[in-house]
Amino acid sequence: IQSLTKAYAATPTNLKIIDLYVVFAVATALVQVVYMGIVGSFPFNSFLSGVLSCIGTAVLGVCLRIQVNKDNKEFKDLPPERAFADFVLCNLVLHLVIMNFLG
Amino acid sequence: PRPAPRADETLAQIPPPRPPMAAAASTMLESLPAPLLRALRLKTKQQELLLRVSALALIYVLAFAVRLFSVLRYESMIHEFDPYFNYRTTLYLTEHGYSEFWNWFDHESWYPLGRVVGGTLFPGLMVTAALLHRLLRALSLAVHIREVCVLTAPFFAANTTLVAYAFGREIWDSGAGLVAAALIAVCPGYISRSVAGSYDNEGVAIFALLLTFYLFVRAVNTGSLAWSLAAAFGYFYMVSAWGGYVFIINLLPLYVLVLLVTGRYSQRLYVAYNCTYVLGMLLGMQIRFVGFQHVQSGEHMAAMGVFFLLQVFFFLDWVKYMLNDVKLFKSFLRITLTCVISVGTLALGIGTASGYISPWTGRFYSLLDPTYAKDHIPIIASVSEHQPTAWSSFMFDFHILLFLFPAGLYFCFKRLSDATIFIVMYGLTSMYFAGVMVRLILVAAPAVCLISAIAVSATIKNLTTLIRSKSKSPQTTGKTTGSKAAAKGAVDQPLPFQHNVAVALLLGAFYLLSRYAIHCTWVTSEAYSSPSIVLSARGHNGGRVIFDDYREAYYWLRQNTPTDAKIMSWWDYGYQITAMGNRTVIVDNNTWNNTHIATVGRAMSSYEDEAYEIMQSLDVNYVLVVFGGVTGYSSDDINKFLWMVRIGGGVFPVIKEPDYLVNGEYRVDKGASPKMLNCLMYKLCYYRFGELTTEYGKPPGYDRVRGVEIGNKDIKLEYLEEAFTTSNWIVRIYKVKPPKNRS
Repeated sequence: IQSLTKAYAATPTNLKIIDLYVVFAVATALVQVVYMGIVGSFPFNSFLSGVLSCIGTAVLGVCLRIQVNKDNKEFKDLPPERAFADFVLCNLVLHLVIMNFLG
Repeated sequence: PRPAPRADETLAQIPPPRPPMAAAASTMLESLPAPLLRALRLKTKQQELLLRVSALALIYVLAFAVRLFSVLRYESMIHEFDPYFNYRTTLYLTEHGYSEFWNWFDHESWYPLGRVVGGTLFPGLMVTAALLHRLLRALSLAVHIREVCVLTAPFFAANTTLVAYAFGREIWDSGAGLVAAALIAVCPGYISRSVAGSYDNEGVAIFALLLTFYLFVRAVNTGSLAWSLAAAFGYFYMVSAWGGYVFIINLLPLYVLVLLVTGRYSQRLYVAYNCTYVLGMLLGMQIRFVGFQHVQSGEHMAAMGVFFLLQVFFFLDWVKYMLNDVKLFKSFLRITLTCVISVGTLALGIGTASGYISPWTGRFYSLLDPTYAKDHIPIIASVSEHQPTAWSSFMFDFHILLFLFPAGLYFCFKRLSDATIFIVMYGLTSMYFAGVMVRLILVAAPAVCLISAIAVSATIKNLTTLIRSKSKSPQTTGKTTGSKAAAKGAVDQPLPFQHNVAVALLLGAFYLLSRYAIHCTWVTSEAYSSPSIVLSARGHNGGRVIFDDYREAYYWLRQNTPTDAKIMSWWDYGYQITAMGNRTVIVDNNTWNNTHIATVGRAMSSYEDEAYEIMQSLDVNYVLVVFGGVTGYSSDDINKFLWMVRIGGGVFPVIKEPDYLVNGEYRVDKGASPKMLNCLMYKLCYYRFGELTTEYGKPPGYDRVRGVEIGNKDIKLEYLEEAFTTSNWIVRIYKVKPPKNRS
């Protein structure tokens, strides 16, 4: 485990920011699940939309990280601006659908 | 005959583009100076583009035109049963607007229960037709919504050919794409559900299916988020259009699983599947009919399971990349794997056992276990489209594609990539399901066309290079010197025979393809272009005789019954009665309430007095039956009667099937069982039939469908009276008499 933390410290800062964002999103999802466990899941669509929006942003963040990471051979010729633009577009659609689903 | 030469000439134009480009370029290289060469080479590319675009345009028009037989022969009307409901809802949508449509509660069907239409249909088709209608209106072309509905399916079929071209180009190359587009334009398996007038979900759904698959494969190939987003939208369109979207949501995880197992995991796959799954799932849940099924139903659990699996894979991959020590990684791997597997199985077990994850519904379970429906759900088993497929159906619907399919599989395996693995999986799974249920040949059709296109394209390309290389070799042997020439000469020796064989094989391939085109147009013209609502036959002098009895009966209902009359009939005709007769029905084709249908079945199979009680409880005013004995029309209610008995008996044990059979045989003549001879259906169908002479030389009361003289000719009705019989006795309507004043 220590070697993991040592190796992790070597990653560049912008990737670390994305990682922090992803961790935050997953934590929010967990909080929502715990809340549902306490209060009950009556407006199920609201619960689902909340949890899925967190998971969705987490997943999109991970995808962005994959595409921006300079060590990834497969995405070598993808300019980071394009990756970010895709990320923004997908997030936009995600949040539009969540808004509709919230009820 | 008209479409056949078109398909032939388009296919003949496909092989030349690639080889002449190479041959022309090489000859130009030796003979002309540089600037002129560059201009000419550009011209060749433009020529190729022109050929491709014109071929695609012709295929587009062909796909649209070949589906118009029934519009030209009869008139522009909606076929069959289900499309009438779709037409009625589209009419409602255009008249009342979108929010009214979304919240519509229909009180004219399933009396007295009604039906929540907004929440129990797939709105994609209706919304598409309404949008097209509005677009055409905006362009000031005042078309009636019915015309738009009738022509929606051919329009989308033409669009499907374009998607097939793009998909073929993605999997193999543009030559295969063109062949795929041409094959799918006329494939009978697809035409059967997308002729003009067949205004049903499948017409739009196959387009959405192929589009989703194409976008997903493109997303996996490029790994970009934008294509995954497009695939999610494609999936959303598919969910809104057809219940068969379950196929997509299970094929995609299966595909990912196969890729993982064969060691083709890549970041692109991760990006593509995750984005598509999350966005697609969210979008899919916006359709009320689907609701929360994506997280609660067993049919969608595979996708979620693979989603989590992919996270685990990615995590392990990342850890492996971080740690450079193999042994440490192996121990970490073991710990994580055991944790994950235990958690996963625990969650799945708890979910299924507690009933939170609902098990597979009957419709889809019968695909995995074909014998399930016959024993447990008679309604599903009774639909003729749900029967297992016979070999003749395969041959009829696919023709030469049937043996080109394995050839295409061979080519796919030779050049394995992410995309070809996908098409192979799509082809194999859809062929399995097509074997289980006739209706699913439609889903298999695009896969079969694509794979066969690969086979055709690769074979023709090999053959033409073989032919072209013969013309190229004299120049090269002239140019090169010494040993090279000798080596080439030695290789060229077997070529003369090969050249002739190649030419012969090429001609054979073209002959096969032209036969395919002819077969497809013949099949479309004879088998798939009949609007079931208008029947036609050949008269004695060979002229066409048209039976328009159904519409005659529905219009009689519309004009001669009070507006709040309730009609009882078998569920097949429910949609048509509400759409054309504009009256309330008891049961219709939605078949969502089995008990209600069983009640009607029980009424039809009981004696007249018991049936009268049931009809009083349901407030029935008129009863409608379909009878084919005079014309020889074989899908009438007497032939469907045993299903009524089975379905009724499934809910009310007082109806027993053996009561209506004699020694296991279904008869309507003198030897039939007494219960059969006196039940309501028999009486209603054969009332006054005993006096009618149907065929020359046969006794009166000769039933032309069953081929026997009926048993009970002297029928008296006590509680019903005959209201209307159409001119060929196909539809018969009876009025239920109100109860007597003095009992």
